Amino acid sequence: MIVRISGEDQYLLPDSASERLNELENAVVAIVDGGREDGFADAYNALLDFVRATGARLEDSELESSDLILPPADLTFEEAGREFTGEGLIPD
Amino acid sequence: MAGLTGRMSTVIKAKVSKLMDRAEDPAETLDYSYQKQVEQLQNVKKGIADVVTAKKRLQMQETSLQQNVVKLDTQARQALSSGQEDLARTALERKNVAQTELQSLDGQVTELEEQQQKLTDSEQKLRAKIEAFRTKKEVIKAQYSAAEAQVRISEAATGVGEQMADVGLAMQRAVDKTENMKARADAVSELEAAGTFDDITALGSGEDDIDRQLKQLSSQPAVDDELAKMKGEIGMGDSASPAALATKAQAPGEGGGEPSDKTPSEGGKT
Repeated sequence: MIVRISGEDQYLLPDSASERLNELENAVVAIVDGGREDGFADAYNALLDFVRATGARLEDSELESSDLILPPADLTFEEAGREFTGEGLIPD
Repeated sequence: MAGLTGRMSTVIKAKVSKLMDRAEDPAETLDYSYQKQVEQLQNVKKGIADVVTAKKRLQMQETSLQQNVVKLDTQARQALSSGQEDLARTALERKNVAQTELQSLDGQVTELEEQQQKLTDSEQKLRAKIEAFRTKKEVIKAQYSAAEAQVRISEAATGVGEQMADVGLAMQRAVDKTENMKARADAVSELEAAGTFDDITALGSGEDDIDRQLKQLSSQPAVDDELAKMKGEIGMGDSASPAALATKAQAPGEGGGEPSDKTPSEGGKT
């Protein structure tokens, strides 16, 4: 599975990472749905850090399209609210 | 497929497929895609140039404000030395406003430097992808039948298209931030144009609108502190002016009981 962090890089993640990725996004979604900003930045960074740490970065010259695209690291709480609809990261 | 990533993926894929739909013939698709990519690369370069221009403008304002801070400080000392405490206070209020503005500008310059770096990184990534696409394009044209080529072109162009969309997003964010800062920079320019940080000795006797606004903008406790400190530095205790006595009010045993009433009244009166 190829995941892009917008404004950064594309990463190749093993399929086994899907579950943890889902959990991390659900945590972010829960915070955004709750409407309180506390912990949002930490939760979102945890999601991005997981992708960076678990995935193998693709070379810039690779012409692969991504299966998932994550918003940039400087995503604000308000922007996240507009993007999320409460569903999980990995489509069923 | 919704959620944060789902939405972004959908939006970007839609953009890419729109790009792909423009041409039916594989060779045409290749050339059209490539042309679009090169255009986007030019846009990024222009975006970087805009950020650099905005940054330079803020840096020039910083230099100008720094000079004003020095000038106002000197003027405050001169005014104090000649016993014009009101004028010294006005100069220090303006200095305080200029210093606050300087701090804010520092933060903005740092922010623009980050944006510049992000766009430069984006440009490099896009350039690498376009270069790979250019190579692949020739291979595809030479080696594949039309049907096969269509699939390979689609894959390659989608890969670059995604990068283009991503660069577009980075540029949009940079533009938004730069626009905000331009608006602030304009406001500072207006203050400067209004003579806010200019020669305070050129001021008329009465307090004007700008003075009243500046008084509100400046931190009065900070101005009080600096005024007191400045009096100490230039040894006003020896000059025996009424203003000098007031600053010595806190010193035990000096000036009798009167100065403690005097100090607040000087801060409050206009």
